[in-house]
Amino acid sequence: MWKNREQMPILETKHITKHFDGVYAVNKLSINFEAGKITGIIGPNGSGKSTLINTLTGMIPIDSGEMIVAGAERLQRVKAHEVASYGMTRTFQDVRLFEQMPVIDNILVVLTERSIWKALFEKHGALHLEKAEEVLKKVGLWDKRDELAKNLSYGQRKLLEIARVLAMIHCGVGDINIIFLDEPFAGLFPEMIKIVTGVMKELRDQGKAVILIEHNMDLIRELSDHIYVLDSGELLAEGKPGDVLARKDVIEAYLGE
Amino acid sequence: MEYIIHISILISIYAILGLSLNLVVGFTGLLSVTQAAFYGIGAYVTAILLTSTGMNFFLALIIGMAITGVCSLAIGFVLSKFKDDYYALGSFGFNVIIYSIFLNWQSLTRGPLGIPGIPRPSLFGFTFSENVWFLALSIVLLILVYFICRFITGSSFGRVLKSIREDEGAISAFGYRTLWYKLAIFVISAMMASIAGSLFASYITFIDPSSFVLSESIFILAIIILGGLANNKGAVIGAACLILLPEILRFVGFPDDIAAQMRQVVYGVILVALMLYRPQGLIGEYRL
Repeated sequence: MWKNREQMPILETKHITKHFDGVYAVNKLSINFEAGKITGIIGPNGSGKSTLINTLTGMIPIDSGEMIVAGAERLQRVKAHEVASYGMTRTFQDVRLFEQMPVIDNILVVLTERSIWKALFEKHGALHLEKAEEVLKKVGLWDKRDELAKNLSYGQRKLLEIARVLAMIHCGVGDINIIFLDEPFAGLFPEMIKIVTGVMKELRDQGKAVILIEHNMDLIRELSDHIYVLDSGELLAEGKPGDVLARKDVIEAYLGE
Repeated sequence: MEYIIHISILISIYAILGLSLNLVVGFTGLLSVTQAAFYGIGAYVTAILLTSTGMNFFLALIIGMAITGVCSLAIGFVLSKFKDDYYALGSFGFNVIIYSIFLNWQSLTRGPLGIPGIPRPSLFGFTFSENVWFLALSIVLLILVYFICRFITGSSFGRVLKSIREDEGAISAFGYRTLWYKLAIFVISAMMASIAGSLFASYITFIDPSSFVLSESIFILAIIILGGLANNKGAVIGAACLILLPEILRFVGFPDDIAAQMRQVVYGVILVALMLYRPQGLIGEYRL
């Protein structure tokens, strides 16, 4: 088993289990994510990749098992609104933007005050606008800032989700250092893919743990430092992408033979 | 002239109701049809306090807001368990419950007999007994409510409300406790409706439960859908249109024997046509 004990994992899962109507979507999964690394999670459709991310980010409750954040905080039940305070943020596989709001507001809303009382007496400040400009320019959407999110093209919508993750890092809630990206490349043009890979490498170099769910094996090979292969909610293989992707059982799981 | 003042007072009262409901439906996306209940609580508290204790109108208005606030907090908490269509049905139920209380708690509300003889407001010895002064008071309160709405919707808080409307799950994943936001805006909205209720009770000087039935809530909803959801000006314009439209139809020369029915039909047709050709309302910024 691959275990690097010199560096403590920033997020560990212990026997995470989630089933829907008797079918195990995630079955006793124990895996680690490290800071400063891009960890790929691959597996055929329905192998539990998104379910895993959804349980870890409190979007759906965990049946059993626990997660350990930064080696200290043991969590059995995490609520969606607390996830940021544990340093986690994410994108969604089925892009979830605030559709009938301008692009800039999609970013500002994650930058501003969380407490009701302060939010009521706060108009976003110059500092927020500066951060919003920075993250929107990074993904090339600054020119589109006044458009409604629903009017963006599919690829632009995916990029806006990436920008929103970057904004979360600046938002002052928790110290965001665990970033889940659920199929961020699906449906992107080559130039857009370049933007997203650039952002991911930058996050990794800043010492963040980046977790990537992806079907494109070339990108997985290029980006991941370590990968986990899931099949029917269980861990099939893990290791360096070059080694794992050459394994016969992994190839078979993917081809469904 | 008295007629125009009367219509203007009604528009002011309904504009306050529209503005208040727009915070919940237009900005936060919670399809509530309980607004007439809060309007009624404000009206009843004011009516009872003014007729039984002779209290000052403005104090009664504030007490009405406080009582409405407490009721709406409890109702909002229960409603927060529902989503979308179920939310609408749940809020529908609460309007019916509150209406039944108005109707059946006879020792307090006199039930179907209603409460007559509600005095007009007075302040520092000046009584707003003439309609023109009452209109001035209504407009002042309308302007106050309008600017509070504008302040709320223009703040960071308002932006969070809109994001709850768009995707509550996603915004909570970014660290917001959406329950508190939904409760806060629901209570603020109910307290504004209570102001309209106090004005109404004191203006008509008589209230009975029939003014606070479910169809009144639906009328308020129609105001904001017509004027435009998530737009404060839209709520005011919607109130003006829906109050004025049947009045204007009075001047259309329908034959006397079918005039009333024709007005209802034309009114309905205009609303249906508007929804067909301009579903976002006159100046709306959000479509349901």
